[in-house]
Amino acid sequence: MDSATLIQTLLNSVVASSIYALVAVGLALAFGVMKMANFAHGEFFMVGAYCVYVLYGLLGLPFPLAVVLAVPIVALLGLLTERFIFRPTRRNVLAGFMATAGLAFVLQVAAGRIWGVGIAKGVPTPYAGTAEIGDANLGWQRLIIIPCAFAMLLALRYFLYRTKFGKALRACAQDPEIAALQGIRINRMTALAMALAGASAGLAGALMAPILPVTPYIGHGVVLIAFIVVIVGGMASIEGAIIAAVLLGFIHTFVTTLADNLIATMVGVVFMAVTLILRPKGIMGRERA
Amino acid sequence: MSAPSDPRTMGTVVDSRRERLRRLGPWLVLGLTLAVLCVLPFEMRPYHREMTMVFFINLIMVTSYRLITTTGDWSFAHIVLMGAGAYGAALIAKHAGLPFGVVVPMAGIVAALVGAAFIVPLLRTAGFGFFIASFAFGELVRLIWVKVQFPFGGARGIINIPSPEILGLKLGSSIPYYFTCFIVALISLTILYRIDKSRMGNAWKAIHGDEMLAECVGINVAHHRSFAFITGAFFAGIAGGLLAFHMGAIDPRNFDLTQMVYLIIWVVVGGAVTFWGPIIGLIVVTIAFEWTRPLLEWRPLMFGAILILFLIFLPGGLESLLPKIGPTLCRSPVEQLARVRRWLTTFVART
Repeated sequence: MDSATLIQTLLNSVVASSIYALVAVGLALAFGVMKMANFAHGEFFMVGAYCVYVLYGLLGLPFPLAVVLAVPIVALLGLLTERFIFRPTRRNVLAGFMATAGLAFVLQVAAGRIWGVGIAKGVPTPYAGTAEIGDANLGWQRLIIIPCAFAMLLALRYFLYRTKFGKALRACAQDPEIAALQGIRINRMTALAMALAGASAGLAGALMAPILPVTPYIGHGVVLIAFIVVIVGGMASIEGAIIAAVLLGFIHTFVTTLADNLIATMVGVVFMAVTLILRPKGIMGRERA
Repeated sequence: MSAPSDPRTMGTVVDSRRERLRRLGPWLVLGLTLAVLCVLPFEMRPYHREMTMVFFINLIMVTSYRLITTTGDWSFAHIVLMGAGAYGAALIAKHAGLPFGVVVPMAGIVAALVGAAFIVPLLRTAGFGFFIASFAFGELVRLIWVKVQFPFGGARGIINIPSPEILGLKLGSSIPYYFTCFIVALISLTILYRIDKSRMGNAWKAIHGDEMLAECVGINVAHHRSFAFITGAFFAGIAGGLLAFHMGAIDPRNFDLTQMVYLIIWVVVGGAVTFWGPIIGLIVVTIAFEWTRPLLEWRPLMFGAILILFLIFLPGGLESLLPKIGPTLCRSPVEQLARVRRWLTTFVART
């Protein structure tokens, strides 16, 4: 690998890590608070991408505005999922997860029926041109993902550690019963966690829309990676999810460059298997996956 | 026995007759169903015969899946294990030229081996972790089928699987293969039923009930969980072998996530507590599936919605309704009429 390819691959790894971190953080956050995983998380990503396709590609709004609008739309979807799927099935541990597998079907068909399944939706590239770093060339469209993801993750961190709501959310993740005794409303916290999960997955989808071919089925690959990241990081740990996202981002990008995308995904799964055997709690986890 | 007018003796006579009927009833229903299934293929249109064949294969799938869930492990890789059996059967039949009667059990063994490889890391997980990790391992195997050209044929899969025969008897055509599937399903279901009712089956349910307590009374949890998973995988492989010969060509898309979600829909609609729950679910959903054939593109949406609605409003599945319906059906006609009359009078009185 020459130096130009190396720099390019390193930068691509950072881009991939940012996206994985955005997607996985929401999953880990929601799991921490609800002890339930959302199978339709990849479909949230897909809805975020479709929002940009519609708002920017079809209606012609400016790209940053489309991205900013996509976030609350997908957050609302997360809120509805919590209210109408997770809350009624809270008594049964696996029911919520299986019901969101149904939701994934529903969202895929809905997107396919409204905008068509056939060809991928090409979203025009808003920031054409490339940045030259050393000998490497990297599209601006990819590079802007890095600051956006960082901003979102920092905002999330600020929210979780500095604000009252964020502290309540973390308290709820530690021990819902004692949190409830302190006057924290559990229902409001689970809703908040799902809204944040939706927002971060939606942002990831919105940022990736001009890069990926947008189809109703892009969520499938995304949720696979997100699950691997969350298991490697330790189910409910946000820090663990971010560390694992960086690890997986680098592994995936380097293997993709050296071999191809399919093999990269396989290596990711094997990495997860090895982690499970050597350290079942994941990198930062407190409990067994 | 001199006083048949004594109401108490009358009662016991009726009771013992009813008791005998209650004990015989299931056997009668079972015998009748089997008899109908033996005659049916000669009367059916070919399309419906094919459908029933696939139904038998799915019957093995859904029952073996339920067997794994009795330990509390909801796997997301069962369809991929079926695929392992199907690929195994196709490759053995094509390249080794072994007869059908050997290939199908070997398909089960192939799937059991793949399952044994899965369960090593999966044992480290429970609940969600199990679900998610088994999904990832299933994807890994499926991606290997997509990626590797030889011997799996890549995305186009394996074609020209030789048609099955036993001792020179050709099973390839519709009616003989119907009976092959029927008999294999019958044998598999009997074994699965015996396992479910055995001491081991009870140990598996104990693990689901309270893992720590089960461990304390001397149940080797890891051993039993892996054995349940591998047994389920074996039968999934048998089903896969039957499917491969039925279709004559297989590709990775036959065993993707969509199929897995349908398997979960069958189990959720029927319920997984009793042996019969998933079977009821499979029958009901298969019929609903055929009804919605004109609405092909909308189908995943409808069944996704059914899955959500069942989990929210009827988490026990259809089987949880049986104890409620059962007593109503068992009442004597006179009693039923009286109930209807009572209901009518209250209805009239209210209006």
